[in-house]
Amino acid sequence: MLLGVLFSGGKDSVYACKRAMETETVGCLITLVSENPDSYMFHTPNVRRADLIAEAIGVPQLNWPTAGEEGAELSDLRDAIAAAVDEYGIEGVVTGAIESVYQAARVQRICRELDLWCFNPLWQIDQLEYLKLLVSEGFLVIITGVFAYPLDESWVGARIDGNRIRKLEALQKKYGINPSGEGGELETFVLDGPIFKKRIEILKAARSYDNYRGHLIIEEARLVDK
Amino acid sequence: MILVVDLCFKPESLSRYEFVDPIAGIVSRAGVEHEVVHFSELTDDLIERADGIILCGTALKDNIYAERIGLFSWIDRINKPILGICAGMQVVAAVFGGGIVPQPKIGLEWIEIIKETHLLGPPREIEGYHLHNFGVTLPPGFKIVAGRPGQIEAFKHAERPIYGIVFHPEVRNRWVVERFVDLG
Repeated sequence: MLLGVLFSGGKDSVYACKRAMETETVGCLITLVSENPDSYMFHTPNVRRADLIAEAIGVPQLNWPTAGEEGAELSDLRDAIAAAVDEYGIEGVVTGAIESVYQAARVQRICRELDLWCFNPLWQIDQLEYLKLLVSEGFLVIITGVFAYPLDESWVGARIDGNRIRKLEALQKKYGINPSGEGGELETFVLDGPIFKKRIEILKAARSYDNYRGHLIIEEARLVDK
Repeated sequence: MILVVDLCFKPESLSRYEFVDPIAGIVSRAGVEHEVVHFSELTDDLIERADGIILCGTALKDNIYAERIGLFSWIDRINKPILGICAGMQVVAAVFGGGIVPQPKIGLEWIEIIKETHLLGPPREIEGYHLHNFGVTLPPGFKIVAGRPGQIEAFKHAERPIYGIVFHPEVRNRWVVERFVDLG
């Protein structure tokens, strides 16, 4: 089955893509480029750099602009998926939704309307086990956004590794933080992994942090041989 | 051992992560041994060894199980706890003479439990996640446990521990699977 993956460049869409590639054919990556930094549906920091990941894993990307306003975002998503059907002939859509009923139900409705299959291969996954899987399978994931107490400046730009996972586990117990950032606490970007033919090297990035809200914006990056 | 039956369109499908693994995970975290098998690969030995059997749901566009209802005739021959979830509920209904009817629903909705059972407990309202294009008509010998005719949310065989629920318990209602495991 030929599938399109809703793709932000964050760990969830990359790992969903990896699972889709194991059993089906991924025909394209569908990226909604939102102008609203607080988008309801779409991961925003560094989404413009998702093209590098698409090139690194060797799958064509369909970029689709959205103003990022609630309500209009959904019609933009529908239009993007419909364009992927026309351009790449996809028969289904893959998302990286883990627990968000809001997100999952809306994509399911769009797929039903367009008569497409819908797959959510991370649905209800244990978040800590999932982070450990990412590390053990060789994904190099960095944190590009933090949006919750008590995540301090040290998290901005940090690599998700065993040490960070242990810290997230402790924060989950103490503060109820979703360790994979499903509640909007974290945003990520993937630099390398088993489906990458090349890895991404960041050449220049801007870091900002204030009052438990921080970003690492990738300004310049390139693909390098592995 | 709880047997978790995968009703998705093919063995080891991409849908397995979404409809089978979350249910198997709940059983596992409850400390109960389980085995997962695709419906096309079920054996008499597996069914014999199971203390309870869960028939999982499928993707909205996946109705292949409904074209192969004959593979599920064993359901009527055994006297073990069975829980059909969404597509699994449709299979149970079809095996016992009920119908599979168009009834699309996606998202969280309130469910009225109208009859006390070991599985769902006393009458009350709960919120459940729905993801289905089809519902069921009540098979002979079954009673409605939640919902109403034309919108059956849960049913139970009048005498045997055979249940069907149309909502997906892995979202906000994991306790349903945990209670089912206790029935076994």
